[in-house]
Amino acid sequence: MDKRLERILPRVQKPARYTGGEYNQILKNKDEVDIRLAFCFPDTYEIGMSNLGMSILYETMNSLPFVWCERVFAPWGDMYAEMKKAGIPLYALESGDAVGDFDSLAFSIGYEMAYTTVLDMLDMAGIPLRTADRPGLLPLVWAGGTAAVNAEPMAPFMDLFVVGEGEELDNEVLTLLREAKLGGWSKHEFLTKAAQIQGVYVPSLYDVSYHDDGTVAAVTPRDGAPARVTKRIVSDLDAAPYPTRPIVPSTEVVHDRVSLELFRGCPRGCRFCQAGHVYRPLRAKKPETLIRQGIESLENTGHEDVTLLSLSTSDYRQLPALCDGLLEYCEPRSIGLSLPSLRADNFSMEIMERLQKVRKSGLTFAVEGGSQRLRDAVNKNVTEEDVLHTCSIAFAGGWNTVKLYYMLGLPTETDEDILGIAEMANQILHCWRVNAKNKNRGVKITISTSCFIPKPHSPFQWEAQIPLPEYLRRVNLLRSAITAKNVTYNWHDAETSLIEAVLSKGDRRVADAIEEVWRQGGRLDAWTDYFSFRRWMDAFENCGVDVDFYAHREAGRDEIMPWDHIDVGVRKAHLWSEREKCYRSELSPDCRHQCAACGAAKLLERGFTCDER
Amino acid sequence: MSDKLRLRFEKTGRAVYISHLDLMHTLQRAFNRAGLPLKYSEGFNPHPLIAIALPLSVGMASLCEIMDFKLKGEETPDLAALPERLTAAMPEGIAVTEAYAFTRKAAELKWLAVRGVLEYDERDPAEMAEELRAFYAQDAIVITKKTKRGMGETDIRPGIREITFTPGEKAVDITTILSAQEPTINPELLAEALRQLRPELAPDFAKFTRIETYDADMKIYR
Repeated sequence: MDKRLERILPRVQKPARYTGGEYNQILKNKDEVDIRLAFCFPDTYEIGMSNLGMSILYETMNSLPFVWCERVFAPWGDMYAEMKKAGIPLYALESGDAVGDFDSLAFSIGYEMAYTTVLDMLDMAGIPLRTADRPGLLPLVWAGGTAAVNAEPMAPFMDLFVVGEGEELDNEVLTLLREAKLGGWSKHEFLTKAAQIQGVYVPSLYDVSYHDDGTVAAVTPRDGAPARVTKRIVSDLDAAPYPTRPIVPSTEVVHDRVSLELFRGCPRGCRFCQAGHVYRPLRAKKPETLIRQGIESLENTGHEDVTLLSLSTSDYRQLPALCDGLLEYCEPRSIGLSLPSLRADNFSMEIMERLQKVRKSGLTFAVEGGSQRLRDAVNKNVTEEDVLHTCSIAFAGGWNTVKLYYMLGLPTETDEDILGIAEMANQILHCWRVNAKNKNRGVKITISTSCFIPKPHSPFQWEAQIPLPEYLRRVNLLRSAITAKNVTYNWHDAETSLIEAVLSKGDRRVADAIEEVWRQGGRLDAWTDYFSFRRWMDAFENCGVDVDFYAHREAGRDEIMPWDHIDVGVRKAHLWSEREKCYRSELSPDCRHQCAACGAAKLLERGFTCDER
Repeated sequence: MSDKLRLRFEKTGRAVYISHLDLMHTLQRAFNRAGLPLKYSEGFNPHPLIAIALPLSVGMASLCEIMDFKLKGEETPDLAALPERLTAAMPEGIAVTEAYAFTRKAAELKWLAVRGVLEYDERDPAEMAEELRAFYAQDAIVITKKTKRGMGETDIRPGIREITFTPGEKAVDITTILSAQEPTINPELLAEALRQLRPELAPDFAKFTRIETYDADMKIYR
């Protein structure tokens, strides 16, 4: 181990997150690989090691014999300061080698607030931030993840983006990079060839022009790059590689358990939801596959908990069969099975009772809107009846904690809708009084609200966010309406939501402000410990970024969105029609009942259909 | 089966940064991976029945950790095969060296042999070794340290049975035998005493490794 590192590790909090050496880490001989890849997660070890995407791609990229893919996370503030003081550059966990010497850095960017950390990690590695300042082929700096569906705010920093699912795509990029490295290609030669791979977006091959009013006039590709970059998906998830030997952290992380991904995509189509639209089409794994992978993973990790992941777990058709199969293995071994993302509407007594055998956790409902009218408008197919019905079963079964999540500032929201949130809490309280088996234990109802953020590629991408003072007025309205002592109200600070709105809907002109925030010391902005609203607002002002233009302006129907040249499958016309239905408070059916022809099915290989049974 | 099973294991290299609490989770999972699930306590919050004799500070290495454990099930596994089986399931830096049914209580462990390295970047190791010998030859070395009742004065000298200093490359090597319990003399206190009483002798960095466990009669403890 580096002597300088050895001296600082005893002084920092939780040093085990900076050492590597965990069980199931992948070690290779660096002299026997052609590409050394730093797989960078722009947040802490605890967050990154809980990310299933990281785990999947770590395995798939390392399956290439000529690649050694190692993990890199962002150090917490104390370690960051010690590394700076000691002159230690960013290093990879497996080898401990400096990332600046690697052939490539691949970032997984899942959320906008990680942008400054991406820049900080580049800087800690001693790599120039902008693609224009990196003339050579190596190191190739690229990124993927949900943030790639609107890559524009980070476009000047990245050599290329991978759009969509990475299992196949990332390996194609790495294979081409190896050819380029061994063949001595120029960076331009590599990028123009890479742009021909479906799913690869090379921002420097697109010129963006703007109208006088600031909206996008045109995005023009050069050197044979496609006019629209189409997202990649894996058609057959049962056949796709899945990490059944994931790394087992030697220190506590956020999700310390085996994760099983039930399906990708979501049949619901909530209109505010980006994930529900950009991960389409719907592809489920077979229960047999999941049970086999679950058991293998448990045996290879020694974990004592397994969790089912998806955007809407109760929509997994074979959930009972899957639970049966897993519990058969888990129960005799005292392994806990947890199911997040259950919906209020089809939560069944049967499943709840099964889970109760092993462990009992709280109930969580994402209700989103305070009235039926508003829930219909945003296409959140949850009724008050559903919630109360589920609660009555749960209370009778001994549960006594309920969490309800809402958004304030959704399109068409009125004060009446907001007061409906408090009303529902009272109804649930009443429901508990009527149904609770043991009232001595009391009941705890928690309401949380966050501020609606319009997201690219969702039906609300044209919407404006409500201004900060208006959000606070709505928070106070709800606060004063909640009187019961068993009901707790938490509200998200909306300052972060405002910054997120600007970054979500941002174009390339926002990049300067991101860099400016980083220059002023911004990093780990997803953490309240480090986030500074003032720093962001100052940077926007200094860089000429008009917050109102990006966050508070309603876009026109025919406006070219900064992300229109990224094709995630769902057609823009579908998104617009969904938005119009919102203003008519009109529901769209669950797409398993009636296909809305959103367009995502075109991404599937021949022979596969959306939501195959 | 015998419930009184004991492991002796090493914790070195990158594993020295795994904290005591994290080590407990790590060992628990390693037993699962090796197909040797641990027995759990009864009650509302069951926990695996494992106990580490002398918890190790973060950053300190050891060749002689001792852990008692109970396994689920009736049969006693092949103890001779256990070290290899468990080591294969451990993260880098943790290696099981022995597994046996034990008879002696943890309280009988009295002394620990420890090796240490005091690093001096700018000072002459030979000169430092000389000074250190004189310092540790004193009859009493009273330092201020955190005790159960707040900060208190402690004489660490009676807890140091033997100590020798050898100049090395930009460092002084220490070989010592320290009281493991009642009182517990953490090897870190050897450097801490210098920081408090003779700052000019305080090293730029100090690291320690536990080497061997002994009973009150200086017989090897197992």
